[in-house]
Amino acid sequence: MPQPPDSADIPEARVTPHRRWSLQLVWLIPIVAAVIGGWLALQAVLERGPTITISFSTAEGLEPQKTLVKYRSVDIGRVTTVGFSKDRKRVIATVELSKQAEPFLVADTRFWVVRPRISGTQISGLGTLLSGAYIGVDVGTSHEPKRDFVGLDVPPIVTVDLPGRQFQLHAADLGSLDVGSPVYFRRVQVGSVVAYALEPGGTGVRLRVFVNAPYDAYVKTDTRFWQASGLDVELGANGVRLDTESIASMLLGGVAFQTPAETAQAAPAEANASFALYPDRRKAMRLPDTAEESYQMVFDESVRGLSVGAPVDFRGVVVGEVAAIDVDFDAASGKVRIPVEVRLYPDRLLGKTKRGARRPGALIEKLVAHGVRAQLRSGSLLTGQLYVALDYFPDAPKAAVRMRDGRAEIPTVASSLKELQTTLLRLARKLDKLPLEGTVADARKSLQALQATLAATTRAVNHVDSDLTPQAVRTLADLSQTLSSAQKTLADAQRSLAGVDGLLAQDAPVQRQLRDTLREFGRAAEALRSLAGYLERNPGAILRGRIEGRSQ
Amino acid sequence: MSAAPTAARLGLLACEVCRLVSRAPPPGADAHCPRCGAALHARKPASLARTWAFLIAAMILYVPANTLPIMDTSSLFGTQSNTIVSGVAFLWTSGSFVLALLVFVASVLVPLAKMIALTVLALSVQMRATWHPRTRTRLYRVIEFIGRWSMLDIYVVTILVALVHVSTLASIQAGPAAAAFGAVVVLTMFASASFDPRLIWDVMGERL
Repeated sequence: MPQPPDSADIPEARVTPHRRWSLQLVWLIPIVAAVIGGWLALQAVLERGPTITISFSTAEGLEPQKTLVKYRSVDIGRVTTVGFSKDRKRVIATVELSKQAEPFLVADTRFWVVRPRISGTQISGLGTLLSGAYIGVDVGTSHEPKRDFVGLDVPPIVTVDLPGRQFQLHAADLGSLDVGSPVYFRRVQVGSVVAYALEPGGTGVRLRVFVNAPYDAYVKTDTRFWQASGLDVELGANGVRLDTESIASMLLGGVAFQTPAETAQAAPAEANASFALYPDRRKAMRLPDTAEESYQMVFDESVRGLSVGAPVDFRGVVVGEVAAIDVDFDAASGKVRIPVEVRLYPDRLLGKTKRGARRPGALIEKLVAHGVRAQLRSGSLLTGQLYVALDYFPDAPKAAVRMRDGRAEIPTVASSLKELQTTLLRLARKLDKLPLEGTVADARKSLQALQATLAATTRAVNHVDSDLTPQAVRTLADLSQTLSSAQKTLADAQRSLAGVDGLLAQDAPVQRQLRDTLREFGRAAEALRSLAGYLERNPGAILRGRIEGRSQ
Repeated sequence: MSAAPTAARLGLLACEVCRLVSRAPPPGADAHCPRCGAALHARKPASLARTWAFLIAAMILYVPANTLPIMDTSSLFGTQSNTIVSGVAFLWTSGSFVLALLVFVASVLVPLAKMIALTVLALSVQMRATWHPRTRTRLYRVIEFIGRWSMLDIYVVTILVALVHVSTLASIQAGPAAAAFGAVVVLTMFASASFDPRLIWDVMGERL
C-alpha cells in the first residue's frame, strides 16, 4: 500500500454552490419511453382489426404472414396462420384484418384466392405470378355479421356491386358452355354464364347467366336464348350460309339472346326470370308451340327408314315429329301392327293470326274429314330416310279420326312408291290376261276391208271425171255471153254520165250565163247603195236633184 | 481489519478530464477542478438513479423494438415487413446461418444481455451485496465493451434503406422498430456509462 501523499501538495478543489435538480430530470427519460411505448401499444391495439377464418379446399398460394387480403387492390389484412379443419378435409386460413375491414364481414361476403388463371376467353391474375397469390374479397350486402367464412374455389364471375341482373336458363344439355362463357346480344358481349347445375332429378341443366347493365333491359319477357356454340351451316337456295356468333364462341361456346320482332315491345323480364335455352337460333326464334297433340298412325308397310324425331310434314311445313315407333301384336288376328306415334303442333297449321283457344283435336278431325291422310314418303333417295306427310287425298275412301287403345288415330294411305308398285303390278297382271293373238287376226281382217273400200273410192272419182265435164263447159260459155251483154249496158251508162258531166263543166254555157247575170245584179246593187248614201247626206236631192261639185 | 485507503476515504478527488488530484471540499457543495474547471465527484453523481432511469426506459422500448417491423421491404413481389426476429428467422431458413447468428447476437442477445447485466449490477449495488465483486466488475467491463456492437442492426437497416431505393421495383423503408431499437441501444449505453463500478467496491471496503 503506497503512502498517502502529503496533503499540502494537493490543491483544494474549487467550490461552487450546490445544484441538485439534474437528478429529477433523468427520470423524464423512462417516462417519455413509457409514453412512447404505451402509445405504440395503444395504437397497435386500436388498429388491430377483427380476426376471421376462411376455409379453402387447398392452401395453394397461401403463405402465413405473407399472403394479403385485398379489396379493390387495397390491402385490408394478412393471413396469419394456415391450418387444417378438424376433419382434415379443408384448409383453414386465419386472417387478421385491419380495422377498416370490420363492416365487410357480413354473411354473404365471399373470399377466394386470386392466382394466375387461364379460363376460356380470359386470363386473370397475371400480376400474382410475381407478387404471389392473394385473397380477394367481394363484400356482401347483408347486415348479419359473420366471422367464419368458406372460401370459393374459383373467383366469382359477378361481384355484388356489378350492375346488371341474373337470369335462369333451362337447357337439355350444357353443350360446350362453361362458367364464364360469354352471353351475346346482337353479337355484343353483354354478360356471361355465372353458374350451372343439373336440374333436380337430372332431367336437364340449369344455368345462371348474368347480363350487365344496361343490356339487361333488352331481356324481355318473351326473349329467346340459344346456344351460340359452334357453327350453324345452312344449305339453302342462296347457297351455303355459315352462321356463328364469333370465333371465340365457336371455339368455347356462348349464349345468345334476342327478342322476336313481334314481341319486342314486351316488358323487361324480372331478375332471376326463367327462360328455355334452345340449341340453335332457328329453334329459339320459332313461335312457341302452345298446343301439342298426340296421334297414332298405323302404316300397312315397312317403316324402315323412319326414325324417332323424323318430321311430320304438311306440304313442306313441318307440323310435328315422330315421337315413337311401336310394335303391337294383335293376338286375335295374329297380325303385328306398327303404330307410329306422332306429336303434332296444330298451331303451326293455323298461321300467326288465328291462334287461340280451340277444342284439342278439332282441327285434325276437320282436316281428316276433308280428305287429309297420313302417308310415308321418302325424304332422300340417297339415304332412304322416311318422313310422315299429311296431304289431301280426295280419292281416298271416307274416314275419320277414331280412337284406338285410348289414342286418336289418323287414317293413312299407302305410300306413293308402294301405290306405284301396286298399280304397275295390277297393270302387268291385266296385260298378262289380254287375248293378244285374236286381236292381231281381227286387225288383219280390218285392214283387208279397208283396202277394198279404198279401191271403190278410186272408181267413184274416175266416174265423176268422165260424166260431168262437158256439161260444165257449156254452162261456162253461157256465162261468158251474159257477161259481154252486161259490158255493153255499162258502156251506155258511161255515155249518159258524160253528158251530165258536160252540163256541169266550168265553161259550160249554162254556167257562164248564170255567172254574168249575177255580176249584173251585183252592179245594180252597188249603184243603189251609192244612191242611198248620197241621199242620206243630201236629203234635199230628192226634191232639188243632184248638185254637182258638192258631192264631198 | 482496516479499510483500504481509497481516494474517497482520504478525502481526495481525481479530475476525470485532466486527472489532477485535489482535496475534496466539505460535503454539501459542488467541487470543480482547480486546473481545468471540470466538475469533480467522488463517485458519479446519482449514478444508481440515472442507471435505473435509463435502464427502465430501455426496457420499455425493447418491447416495441422487437414486436414492430424494423424494415418494410416492398418489391414487385409484394410488400413484406420484418421484425428483427423474423429477419433472423428468414436468414436462418434461407441458409445464411452465420449471418443469422451474427444479427441475432448483435441485435437481440447483446441488448438483452446488457440490460440483464445492468439490472443485476444495479440491484446488487442497491442491496449492498458483497457477492463476487471482482466478477461483477468484469461483467461491467464486458458490458462497456460489447455495447456499441448492438448498433449493427441499425447500420444494416440504414445502409439497405440508402442502397435499395429503386422506387417502383423495390424499396426498403425503416419501420418504427428501428427508432425504438436505436433508442434501446443508446439508452443502455447511457445506463452503463452512468453506472459507477466503484460503487460495487464501496460496500466491500470494510471487509477487504
